[in-house]
Amino acid sequence: MSIWEYANPKKFMQTTGFLLPWVSGLAGLTLAVGLIWGYFFTPDADKFASTVKIIYLHVPAAMMAISAWTMMLVTSLIWLIRRHHVSALAAKAAAPVGLVFTVIGLVTGAIWGQPMWGTWWAWDPRLTAFLILALFYLGYIALWAAVENPDTAADLTSVLAIVGSVFAFLSRYAVLFWNQGLHQGASLSLDKEENVADVYWFPLLVCITGFVLLFVALVLARTRTEIRARRLQALIARERVA
Amino acid sequence: MIALLIRDLRLAIRAGGGFGLGLAFFLLVAVIVPLGVGPEPATLAKIAPGILWVGALLSCLLSLDRIFALDFEDGSLDLLATSPVPMEGAVAVKALAHWLVTGLPLVLAAPVLGVLLNLPVQGYLWLVISLALGTPALSIIGAFGAALTVGLKRGGLLMSLLVLPLYMPTLIFGAEVVKRGAAGMAVGTPLALLAAITAGALALLPFAAAAAIRVNLR
Amino acid sequence: MMPDLGKYAEAVIWSYVSTIGLLLGVVVLSVWQGRRVKRSLEEVEARHEESDA
Repeated sequence: MSIWEYANPKKFMQTTGFLLPWVSGLAGLTLAVGLIWGYFFTPDADKFASTVKIIYLHVPAAMMAISAWTMMLVTSLIWLIRRHHVSALAAKAAAPVGLVFTVIGLVTGAIWGQPMWGTWWAWDPRLTAFLILALFYLGYIALWAAVENPDTAADLTSVLAIVGSVFAFLSRYAVLFWNQGLHQGASLSLDKEENVADVYWFPLLVCITGFVLLFVALVLARTRTEIRARRLQALIARERVA
Repeated sequence: MIALLIRDLRLAIRAGGGFGLGLAFFLLVAVIVPLGVGPEPATLAKIAPGILWVGALLSCLLSLDRIFALDFEDGSLDLLATSPVPMEGAVAVKALAHWLVTGLPLVLAAPVLGVLLNLPVQGYLWLVISLALGTPALSIIGAFGAALTVGLKRGGLLMSLLVLPLYMPTLIFGAEVVKRGAAGMAVGTPLALLAAITAGALALLPFAAAAAIRVNLR
Repeated sequence: MMPDLGKYAEAVIWSYVSTIGLLLGVVVLSVWQGRRVKRSLEEVEARHEESDA
């Protein structure tokens, strides 16, 4: 029993077909609990007043935006090295979800920045880096859409994902150099001493779990769609030949 | 490989437009910006480093699709792929040719445009140095973008979308060097980082670009 | 029992609305695409089985 068994599309479809309802249900449940807890049952913070509630959207979305790209990088590498189609399709399936998370991070950040920093947008390093990340997502999705042959598209986008990761990383530190930011330093870490207070920490944890589960559910569902679409194309091509 | 370089240079100079077009665009940017933001010397001096770098970047972008597109259409790229020269080397040479016909003229013309934009005196040296260090990175990154989109019929716009985010670190450090130089501050750190990015891009991107071309020729 | 959001109510509400809207958007889009592809695949597969038989 190894993880590579799931590279077989049939096996992947079977397993995910069974898993998907559970993951989706769990994702919905966790998100609902986390967001309701965050919205209704947390106190206001001294400095942020009620806007502290935005953290339950902003932080998980931002984390997942980066994680989604990382996942795309890993699946792209797997495709390049081991030529498993499911892997390439999973990367393709994840991109739009990652883009949506990036946009959520930017939008909630802008809405939060308005009352806190007095501006919708500032050329703060993290904001700038996120905008650049959004551009990378757009380029990646556009390249998938532009190349007709699916294997060529998978190869090219994989190369782009690898090079893009390096440059996204560079940009992250370049903008840090370029402008000092308004963001506070890391407020979440495994080191408990530096964490935000427990009242905010627990609902935030639930929300992060919810976002992760939602991402997994969406990627599974979208990968299934991509596999079906690929089979559909193959069948139609065969019909034309016959 | 030298023969390839000479051939590419000849084609660029002869085949009407490739050469000089980027330079003319650079000049236009330097003329248009003062018309847009007003002629106050102080304002212009402040934004000059950024404008010059953005202008160099855009004029570089303009000529990128010529790197591979023509060779792809007439089949010489297939010939290159079967020739004893490794594709990585061919990519590097083509990027070098691109740099010689667009990057180098930009470096040489930049001080003149600096006058137009009222760049402070201390800035000129750093402007030339930063462009000389940064434009090779623009060419090789551009060659990678062009390699990704070479098989597409209307790849130009997509290529800009792919290449511009990759240009950002170079732009940030390059403009920072000039900005600091013009203000009379120490430029060592951004200059070293700019050089590091160029060196890294030159060392690694030919492999990625060659891989992309092989995929596109399949 | 709405919580009192104070003077920042708008900011908080708009963040929740926009986030939930965007998330719903991507979920609905994925489900819709999935259904459409699944349906057309079933059609084509049915056609194939007929022609094979």
